[in-house]
Amino acid sequence: MEAFTTHTGRAVPLRRGNVDTDQIIPAHWLKKVTRDGFEDGLFEAWRKDPEFVLNRPERQGATVLVAGPDFGTGSSREHAVWALQNYGFKAVVSSRFADIFRGNSLKNGLLTVVLPQETVDALWRLTEADPAAEVTVDLVARQVRAGGITADFDLDENARWRLLEGLDDIGLTLRHEADIDAFEARRPPYKPSTTPATAQS
Amino acid sequence: MGRTLAEKVWDDHVVRRAEGEPDLLFIDLHLLHEVTSPQAFDGLRKAGRGVRRLDLTIATEDHNTPTLDIDKPIADPVSRTQLETLRKNCAEFGVRLHPLGDVEQGVVHVVGPQLGLTQPGTTVVCGDSHTSTHGAFGALAFGIGTSQVEHVLATQTLPLAPFRTMAVTVEGELPEGVTAKDLILAVIARIGTGGGQGYVIEYRGPAVEKLSMEARMTVCNMSIEAGARAGMIAPDETTFAYLKDRPHAPRGEDWDAAVAYWRTLRTDDDAVFDHEVVVDASELSPFVTWGTNPGQGAPLASAVPDPASYADPSDRLAAENALDYMGLTVGQALRDIRVDTVFVGSCTNGRIEDLRAAAAVLQGRHVADGVRMLVVPGSVRVSLQAVSEGLDKVFTAAGAEWRHAGCSMCLGMNPDQLAPGERSASTSNRNFEGRQGKGGRTHLVSPQVAAATAVLGTLASPSDLPDASAVPTAVGV
Ligand code: SF4
Repeated sequence: MEAFTTHTGRAVPLRRGNVDTDQIIPAHWLKKVTRDGFEDGLFEAWRKDPEFVLNRPERQGATVLVAGPDFGTGSSREHAVWALQNYGFKAVVSSRFADIFRGNSLKNGLLTVVLPQETVDALWRLTEADPAAEVTVDLVARQVRAGGITADFDLDENARWRLLEGLDDIGLTLRHEADIDAFEARRPPYKPSTTPATAQS
Repeated sequence: MGRTLAEKVWDDHVVRRAEGEPDLLFIDLHLLHEVTSPQAFDGLRKAGRGVRRLDLTIATEDHNTPTLDIDKPIADPVSRTQLETLRKNCAEFGVRLHPLGDVEQGVVHVVGPQLGLTQPGTTVVCGDSHTSTHGAFGALAFGIGTSQVEHVLATQTLPLAPFRTMAVTVEGELPEGVTAKDLILAVIARIGTGGGQGYVIEYRGPAVEKLSMEARMTVCNMSIEAGARAGMIAPDETTFAYLKDRPHAPRGEDWDAAVAYWRTLRTDDDAVFDHEVVVDASELSPFVTWGTNPGQGAPLASAVPDPASYADPSDRLAAENALDYMGLTVGQALRDIRVDTVFVGSCTNGRIEDLRAAAAVLQGRHVADGVRMLVVPGSVRVSLQAVSEGLDKVFTAAGAEWRHAGCSMCLGMNPDQLAPGERSASTSNRNFEGRQGKGGRTHLVSPQVAAATAVLGTLASPSDLPDASAVPTAVGV
């Protein structure tokens, strides 16, 4: 997982609440066999409308999504996070995220920032008035800064540390590789192995 | 204080324990199939990681494989891509794979045990909820998500929060003609599809001890349908006899050491379960489902229940919706329900004993007019064994279709599906809406009930057949 310390980029103001994972990435995309290539499925239904904010030329290349409350509800599909990341988003701001979505996002290195709705409203106004306005999401200082807005946010210490260090669960486990080695060394010889019987002798 | 079987197996696999963190558990066996592994391999590739223990990893193709014309290219592009991706990934990372056409190919939960890879006291995972099947050997076996598949591939471990333990004790003896499938369907109907949430269930008691290994797998397989994380049965002489001389079973001194360890894998007398359920086996009878979740079942001899009889409003609503979807009326005798299709197969009931049981009922009889019966062995090995016993001939002579091994109509990812409105009696494990094909209606049954239903065209047990006394207990052995 890529480490997240601080990120500055233009924003996409998404004035919608209760965006569920089916809207983020529809079910028929789940047949794919990769974690890549979900960008075209992101908000697929809405993107058919040329006026949808993501389709606007001034939003191309934006990396911070500023969404309404209850973002990421519904099915637990990890594909929703992958789709946002594939599209290029590094952080999502909302006043409330669904639990599983938030867990999945932090596991995958997509920073989900919870800010009060008034701050989200202020970010919407700012970035709608000036599409070139940049938003900084600073995980070190736990702060979002944009135009005249400065807002602190909370994130539990363990999740923050993992993001700052760029540690996914696997990376974390591998920090204890010596423990795994030691366990393997004391595993009894009668334990099963999938090595074909012919190759064993 | 004593420990339960599940706790002993857990404790024996703790790689690292730290305050405020989940235990890191070592995984003895990782099974892979084509549906839930692609993104995991992709993740490894992106991170530049390999598979830590190729010698504890094995893959097979099952969900998407056709059961007809297996030598022809697979028509559905999505299925074909999933299989091709698994082949590419296994070749690239060096994982042992049993592809379509291989003699060890089959449903992942049939393949592991028959190779002797599933052993008592091991931890077994697979990106598949029916991994609980392997608990029949006294293994701690559970389904995992794709991120966890990647985690196990890379580290051979998983950080896991502890389970709670539940005992399902089956007292007495199963009456003649009542099977492991009837038992587990009755247990799920009793505790509900959420009753096992957060628990590892240990099935115990005299009726469980008497079950064959294959019957035990049927029971543990469906633990997940009660919401449980896993199901387990303590290993005993039946387990050891099943494993002896299997391709991957320990040999010589290793065998002796293994058996000595396996004998310690019993719940201590003074161990305490978090929850206990007692079932009287002698009260059980052939059991079928009438609804759209595995907990909506009833004895075959009964009738479609009245949703109004449920005290819980959400149960009532679920029953109403189920009857609507299933096209059934309150009070209708379950024996009057007519089916179009009978499916014998899946990781629940696709092993040799299941095929023997179905064939015994079909011998000298014929599938009813207008009924299609599919017999899909759980693995190629099961298929070969059945052929060597002449069971395939019994099925085809009775008018059933004898197919190639795979998951098949259990979930209809391949072309074996129900048409909208069609009704099946199925030996599989899920009767969810659309599980066997869009609009399809599924009644979960045992292999014996499946075969008798095929003969009469309506839900039936072998004892309902006109010349019932002529039913032998097995054929060809
Ligand atoms: S047979 Fe059915 S339940 Fe078993 S692994 Fe295949 S699809 Fe899943």
